[in-house]
Order: sequence, then structure tokens, then C-alpha cells
Amino acid sequence: MAQMKFMCDAERCIECNGCVTACKNANDVEWGIQRRRVVTLNDGEADEMSISVACMHCDDAPCMAVCPTDCFYKTDDGIVLHDKDLCIGCGYCLYACPFGAPQFPQQDAFGERGKMDKCTFCAGGPAESKEEEYEKYGANRIAEGKLPLCAEMCSTKALLAGDAQDVADIFRQRVVHRGHEDGAWSNNPQASADNLAYDAARKG
Amino acid sequence: MNQLTAQAPGGVPHLRYWQGVWRWLLLAFALVLSLGITQVAHAQADPDREMSTAAPGIDADQWRQVRSGETGPNYRDSRYESNYNLINSSGETWRQWRNRWVSPFGLIVIGGMIGIITLFYLIIGRKHLEEPRSGRKLFRWPLFMRALHWSVASLFIVLALTGLNLLFGKFVFRGLFGDAFWGWMVSSSKVLHNYLGPIFGVLLIVLLVSLIKDNMPKKHDLEWFKKGGGLVGKGHVDAGFANGGEKAWYWLLATVGLLVVASGFVLDFPNFGQGRDTMQWANIVHAVGALGLTAVSIGHIYIGTLGTEGSLEGMTTGYVDETWAKEHHNLWYEEVKDQAVSEQELADRKASKDAGESPAPRSS
Repeated sequence: MAQMKFMCDAERCIECNGCVTACKNANDVEWGIQRRRVVTLNDGEADEMSISVACMHCDDAPCMAVCPTDCFYKTDDGIVLHDKDLCIGCGYCLYACPFGAPQFPQQDAFGERGKMDKCTFCAGGPAESKEEEYEKYGANRIAEGKLPLCAEMCSTKALLAGDAQDVADIFRQRVVHRGHEDGAWSNNPQASADNLAYDAARKG
Repeated sequence: MNQLTAQAPGGVPHLRYWQGVWRWLLLAFALVLSLGITQVAHAQADPDREMSTAAPGIDADQWRQVRSGETGPNYRDSRYESNYNLINSSGETWRQWRNRWVSPFGLIVIGGMIGIITLFYLIIGRKHLEEPRSGRKLFRWPLFMRALHWSVASLFIVLALTGLNLLFGKFVFRGLFGDAFWGWMVSSSKVLHNYLGPIFGVLLIVLLVSLIKDNMPKKHDLEWFKKGGGLVGKGHVDAGFANGGEKAWYWLLATVGLLVVASGFVLDFPNFGQGRDTMQWANIVHAVGALGLTAVSIGHIYIGTLGTEGSLEGMTTGYVDETWAKEHHNLWYEEVKDQAVSEQELADRKASKDAGESPAPRSS
């Protein structure tokens, strides 16, 4: 059973917003909503750095914990999805999410926000038919054996998506290649790049 | 060189000898050159050297700043009108406040209140009038006040039930009724709560303004509280039109109630563009205040209906019995006792009013 995760390699992200565009296109996202965003820290300075952010599909998701209707659920792949038929548009998930993932099509008087929309890891959502699923949640690429389009189309391969272990392996190789002798575990004398997971489990 | 040029024409062997030397020199040069090249290649593979020439990364301090929620002047977000930082940890704080403290303690406070009142009713029971009813009535609540009271009261109950459903409903009703009915139930709760809330807010303010004169704290109210409203010791405690307990309920509504209304407006009208952090705090204030008021309101409802004989009729018919007035609001009774009317007189008055007034709307 996989544990799906996104990871953005900030050393590689060039702020091209390709992921944002790919996501909007793949999922036919409603006007005004952008499921993925690119944040740039220290723009224009020597240490400028960009990171692409969307729903992180948290293990202990705050949105799930605060939802009054309990419309969120986690798939076997660890993807956090929600049922738009149950969503009442209260905005609590928006209050709780650390990454600004949940968004609403409206922001009107009397708390009229419409149904919440967020990144589905390109895994669609609960619906009667494929058409309805696409209409409500966008593409279900996972069902087709494909990864989210944002990561697939990332030109510098900064944005990684997939099973947490695979993503971690790729990133670890990069970090080691970039010169961290101990795979970024610099302050951990007992850790070695060869068995990061092992050391993490043993708490180094 | 001169020697070379001088000797060169002299004989072929010399030339060959010098050609050999050149070869060796070339070889040595190539060797040195290749050494230099390998040196460069080696430098590229050296991680430390690479790191020192790479762009400096974001350091720990900057990550701390990201987590603090502050965005500097050089922060960019590709999302239109985004007011989010990269990471917004305030959301997790709000979640912990709401789920760890507000929700369980709200349940304890409301459940505890229901428990205490039930116990009180079972052990001590209803407070009956000590003397028989005199049959003579005193006018206590005009129609306007009664209408206002029941409007605010029914709105309060609807808001309390829908609010409780939004906070606790998912733990009970989803499993009980299934998704389809639960979905309808919770969405109508939200709609009712959001649309009736502002009406409640306006009516509550009207109610508070109309009642402020009767609820100004007096010296005898302190005595009322010291004797627990008559529960401690024997005999009645002095009370004017409103007793100490009613005044406390009034001022609770005038403070906490207005706070709940105000925070409700912050939550109900996101169109004013208030930030997420503001709404997190508004939500906590709203929930704490509303749960507290709901708990106290159960006490108010008990005292006004089951708990005290003769109280409810004041708010339904507008009239209370003289005996009730004497026992519960002695100071007010002293003021108005000469205005008491008999039940018969009241019935006559009502009959003549009905007869006289009913055709009026039709003729106009």
C-alpha cells in the first residue's frame, strides 16, 4: 500500500508555474480557483527560492479533523479526498489547513462560499459516474495508473509525486549528489546516507 | 638557437636529435596540461567546492520566519489575492483549541448543566407558590415584550440546536441516519444558522435596549445573590421587577451575547475580506460564548417553565398572579399592587377589546 506524497525540491524549482497550469488544465478547475500555487521566498535576492504548494495529503489532516460534516476521507494510498455532496461550505478546512489548500468558489454574505475545492492528487473523488467525477473533482489519473500531472510535467523535475518511499529515495540521492556526505543528516553523527530510513526508525 | 640554426644545415642526424627533444617537450607539455585538466575535473566532483559556489539556500532563520506566518516584502505567491504564507501554523493552533478544548468542554458544560438541573428537579422539585393564588392579576409583560421575548427565544433555540449540530452532529447523526439524510441535515443547519443569526442579533439588541431600565443593578441584588435567590436560609429575598438572577442573565446576554453576535458577524460575512486568522479567533470566541450561553439558557428555561409555579404565564398571557408577584418580586409588587385586577375583570376587558377591535382591520 502506497503512501502518496508531494515533494518540491526547492533547489530545482524555477518558478515557471508549469505545475499550476498543468493542474488547472488536467482538472478543469473552476475559474478563480488555483489548486496549486508557487511561493517564492526572497524574490530578487541572491537566496531566492521557490516552492510549489498544494494539498500535502497530511497523515493527520487538520481539515479532516475540523470538518463539521465529516466529508473528508483518506484513500488506501493515503490521499485526502472530500465529498462535495456533503460539503456545506463552512470554511473550517480553510481555517485549519497550514498550506492554504482548500479554496471556495465564492466568498459572499451569510457565509455563502459554495463547495470546497482542493487538490485531489489527481485521484478524483466520490461520484456515480466518470463524467460526474470529472465535473466535480477533475481528473482521476491515479485510476489510470498515472501520477498527478503537475509533477509529471515539471520541467526541472523539482516537483515529485508518488509513494513517500520513492520520493524520499530520489530526493536522498539528489541531496547526496549535491554534496551532503550523510544525506543531509549533518547534525546526526550516526546517520549514514545508505540507510536513512533505518536510522530514522532508530532515531539515529 | 644559433647553434641549432648553424648546425641544422650541417647534417641530418643533428636535426633528428633535436626533433626528438621537441617530441619530449611536447609530451611533457601535454602531460602538464592534462594534469591541469584533471585538477579542474577533480574540483567539480568535490562536494564542498560545489556547495561553496552554489546559490546560498534558505537558512533555518528564514524557515522560522515562514512558520511564524509573516511574509516579507520579497514574498511572492502565484495565486491571485492570496493571503497565505507558505506554511500557516495558526490553523493547527485553531484546530487544537477547537477540538481539544472547546468541543469536549462545551459538551461537559452543557451536559453538566442538564445533569444538575435534573438532579435539582428530582431532589428539591418545583418551587410552588407558598400561599394560594389570590386570583387577582398584575400586568407584567406587554404584548411587544412578549413577542420580542419569544422571537429571540425561538431563534436562540434554533441557533443553539443548529450550532450544536455543526459542532457535535457528525459524531451522532452521520452513523445514525446515513450520508444522504446527514448531508441534508447539516447543510440546512448551516443555512439556518447563517441566515437566522443576523436576525437574532438585531432582535437581541432591541430586547436588551427595551429591558435595560429594569435590569440596572441595585443594592438588594447583592443580597439576592448572597442568599442564592432564596435557596439559602428561610424567607424571601428582596427583588424588584427583575430579580438578581434575571439581571445576571440580562447582563450575560448584554456582554457575552453581544460578543457572540459580533463574532458571528465576522464569520458570517467573509465578503468583507477579513483574514483567516481573524476568523479563527472569531470562531473560538463564538463557540465558547455560545456554548456557555446555551448552558445558562437551560437554567433560564427551567426556572421559567418547570422550575417555578406561576412564572410562565407572565410571558404567555402577560399577567401574573398577585401571590407570585409578592413572593418573587416583592419590591415590584409594592409599587404596582393597587393596579391588580380580578380574573373576571380581565376576561371582560379582553372580550370587549376583541369585540371592539376585530372589525377594525376589515373596514380599513
